[in-house]
Amino acid sequence: MTMTESNGTGYLRGCPESQDSQLTAHDRDEIFIAVEDLTYIYNHDKAGGHRALSGIDLAVKAGEFLVVAGPNGSGKSTLARHFNAMLKPSGGRVIVAGMDTMIPENAWEIRRRVGMVFQNPDNQIVSSLVEEDAAFGAENLGLPSEEVKKRVEETLRLIGLSQYAKHAPHLLSGGQKQKLAIAGVLVMRPSCLVLDEPTSMLDPAGRVELMETLIRLNRTMQVTVVLVTHFMEEAVLADRVVVLSDGRIAVSGSPARVFAEVELLAELGLKLPAALEIAHGLRKRGFSLPQEILTMDDILAYLKNN
Amino acid sequence: MSSIIEIDKLSHIYSPGTPFQVTSLDSISLDIKKGVFLAIIGSTGSGKSTLVRHFNGLLTPAAGNVRVCGIDTADKKQRRNLWRSVGLVFQQPEHQLFEETVFTDVAFGPRNMGLTEAEITERVHEALRLVGLDPLEAARMSPFCLSGGMRRRAAIAGVLALKPQVLILDEPTAGLDPQGKRQLMKHIEEFRRREGATIILVTHDMEEVALMAERVAVLNRGRLVMEGKPREIFSRAAELTAIGLDLPAPARLIRQLRLLGKPVRTDVLTTAEAEEEIARLLGETQC
Amino acid sequence: MLSGISLGQYIPGDSLLHRLDPRTKVIGVLAAAASILAFANWQGLVLTALLTLIALLVSKLPLGIILGSLKSLWLLLVITFLLQAFLTPGTLLAVLGPLKISREGVFAAGEIVLRLALLILIAFLPTLTTPPIKLTAGLESIISPLQRLGVPAHELALMMTLALRFVPTLLQEAEVVISAQRSRGAGFTTGSPAKWARSLLPLFVPLFAGALRRADDLAVAMESRCYRGGANRTRMNALKFSAPDYVVIGVTLAVLAGVVALRFI
Ligand SMILES: Nc1ncnc2c1ncn2[C@@H]1O[C@H](COP(=O)(O)OP(=O)(O)OP(=O)(O)O)[C@@H](O)[C@H]1O
Ligand SMILES: Nc1ncnc2c1ncn2[C@@H]1O[C@H](COP(=O)(O)OP(=O)(O)OP(=O)(O)O)[C@@H](O)[C@H]1O
Ligand SMILES: [Mg+2]
Ligand SMILES: [Mg+2]
Repeated sequence: MTMTESNGTGYLRGCPESQDSQLTAHDRDEIFIAVEDLTYIYNHDKAGGHRALSGIDLAVKAGEFLVVAGPNGSGKSTLARHFNAMLKPSGGRVIVAGMDTMIPENAWEIRRRVGMVFQNPDNQIVSSLVEEDAAFGAENLGLPSEEVKKRVEETLRLIGLSQYAKHAPHLLSGGQKQKLAIAGVLVMRPSCLVLDEPTSMLDPAGRVELMETLIRLNRTMQVTVVLVTHFMEEAVLADRVVVLSDGRIAVSGSPARVFAEVELLAELGLKLPAALEIAHGLRKRGFSLPQEILTMDDILAYLKNN
Repeated sequence: MSSIIEIDKLSHIYSPGTPFQVTSLDSISLDIKKGVFLAIIGSTGSGKSTLVRHFNGLLTPAAGNVRVCGIDTADKKQRRNLWRSVGLVFQQPEHQLFEETVFTDVAFGPRNMGLTEAEITERVHEALRLVGLDPLEAARMSPFCLSGGMRRRAAIAGVLALKPQVLILDEPTAGLDPQGKRQLMKHIEEFRRREGATIILVTHDMEEVALMAERVAVLNRGRLVMEGKPREIFSRAAELTAIGLDLPAPARLIRQLRLLGKPVRTDVLTTAEAEEEIARLLGETQC
Repeated sequence: MLSGISLGQYIPGDSLLHRLDPRTKVIGVLAAAASILAFANWQGLVLTALLTLIALLVSKLPLGIILGSLKSLWLLLVITFLLQAFLTPGTLLAVLGPLKISREGVFAAGEIVLRLALLILIAFLPTLTTPPIKLTAGLESIISPLQRLGVPAHELALMMTLALRFVPTLLQEAEVVISAQRSRGAGFTTGSPAKWARSLLPLFVPLFAGALRRADDLAVAMESRCYRGGANRTRMNALKFSAPDYVVIGVTLAVLAGVVALRFI
């Protein structure tokens, strides 16, 4: 994550110097997704239902970059699927942009605003032509073909896939396929992107590239991003981290606050990002490092002056 | 130590003679020593999966040759037996489970070897224990009821039960949480120690390579571009990033310190080593 | 390997034929097929052959590809020829043991093989010169008037699109599963029928489960992208006839008329 670390962290941690004027138009404290006392039980109707989420309270602010982490089976995907009304709460409620996901009539409006990207890029590509696939969402909105064409061109350019517009998706690399999946939802001009482990099948370069894309979208276009991931190096780049365990929120807050819970994270079997692990080890040896250290760049900056 | 896999100028071509022809391996030569832990890295499409499929005869060379345990993989008569000595765990192996219970699925390989019922049971139990599953409970469970991580482990047990001399794993930890990754790697190391097996690991996770591997082979567009000890490989940072790879995070940090002119060793790989170096650095300045 | 070049696969290009509207090509093929199968006497056949030749030249397809489509069906052509040649009674040309070849038989066989070969060549022209996705759009557009009669035109087209998209993926998956089970010593060929069926389980269970999983994922992904059926859906690349299309359709229909005329006048 070399490049993202040096470019992206300032904004993502809310440092005011990199905020541009556009953002003030957007109320930073406006809540985009409100989750209230959410419980979800798989196969609720049948005996032996499985409680995957219990009593989740969470508010995703507009323009925020939120990471959801947690061990396998902790309920991350289940939670993410509530954000675009693919799943409906068994208890409690989820309000997206003011709309209750329980009301079937809202589903379509919600999905237009919340774009969802999944782990396996292969299973979300519908067409055997890149530009046709990018167009699918916009076509479903019933936009005139000129508008669809314009949006597809714009989006492919934004994502950096323009030169592949006429290619077959199976000829793209994993990282490119995942970018195509993002383009496929961006044509609907959503205000929020929800991504479920989008980098887990990518190589290092693909991973870095995808994170850069997300950070750019979040920064320059004020897209709210919810990223489900196992990679803690990605989590430190977020505004806020929510850690799930066994269907409940174990800890949530700024990366600094969450990663300060060293014992809790160890108990959950999660790993600290390498920079924090090093900083933690150094403190144990009796060095007094500043508490704000999160990324490799922070360590670097500290060591530079000492 | 003697070589267990000898690859000589191996080339492979998909769909030869068509407009869609892809040269996926281009004149690769490599010796893999017996008992070694080798990691193969490379960006997507660099030919890693294609290469390892040559090791148990699933693919045969378009040119050059591959010898495994002294057997030429192109020799049709011997090829059918290669699977006994070379175990191959595919990407997302949990998708290949098919039996009604975990036990019978793991037993599939040993049964095909023609072992007795007692031997089969023993091997299955041993393999399940190796990956941290309870043999008695597994006998009753359907693989389709397990969690993703457990299914992955069951599938790997299915290959371990063959007791292969060479164990090949294609991105075995993708999608697992940090603890799942750590445990799986521990199990594999345990298997290697116990059986003296050769391990070949295909992965995108550089930290894993730094932690586990004794040798690293780097592929780029079907060519073998580097081969050596992890420390040697990861000291060539510029070449690695140019082909879409990366250093382990601690190595990256130390490297940047070096670029700032700090007196640090450049062959650091793990967090522990990085910590050591920085402690030394801070200690010197504090004194 | 399962994935090689397949019959009639799209060959990218920029010829007039490549640029025609897919509907034009479908109409052209239908007209040609009607003429070859139903109407043409031998003069008509020569006329149609001429038109086919022109189309092939215009398409700028490599000769190898064109002959390839015939080569793959050569067995069919040979058998047809032999059957016709042996079974048509008439003036004897030669006797091979119990088989007699007549002069009329040879002529009839030549004609029918020519018809078949022409038909094969023409039928592959649209698939060779049109990306499958565009051809699907063309077919959807042609059958969409039938929607009022309850034909699910959009759904059929979507099924074709998804099939085009996923057949290569599923073939790849099949390859992986076969390889994986073989690596555990599976043999897929031995024994009695019951044993054989049982030996295929390690192959079919994962394949079936995999296809279901993909279908499930895909349905979720499509719904997440606001898909809700064909109603209110627009297309980015709305099909449009241009001047060459009208010319080609005109010529094709004129030739068809000519063939019919040659036959009945
Ligand atoms: N379709 C389903 N039917 C029944 N149970 C399910 C289903 N999907 C998930 N579960 C269960 O719900 C729990 C939460 O699953 P979920 O997929 O949300 O976890 P996750 O945090 O996304 O895990 P991973 O890191 O493996 O993706 C798990 O115990 C899982 O077994
Ligand atoms: N069955 C196939 N038919 C045709 N080409 C193929 C086939 N399988 C792989 N290829 C091509 O061969 C090259 C090497 O592929 P391979 O799967 O070995 O890469 P890899 O290094 O394993 O990538 P990944 O990290 O994505 O798994 C790629 O260009 C790929 O597109
Ligand atoms: Mg999940
Ligand atoms: Mg691979």
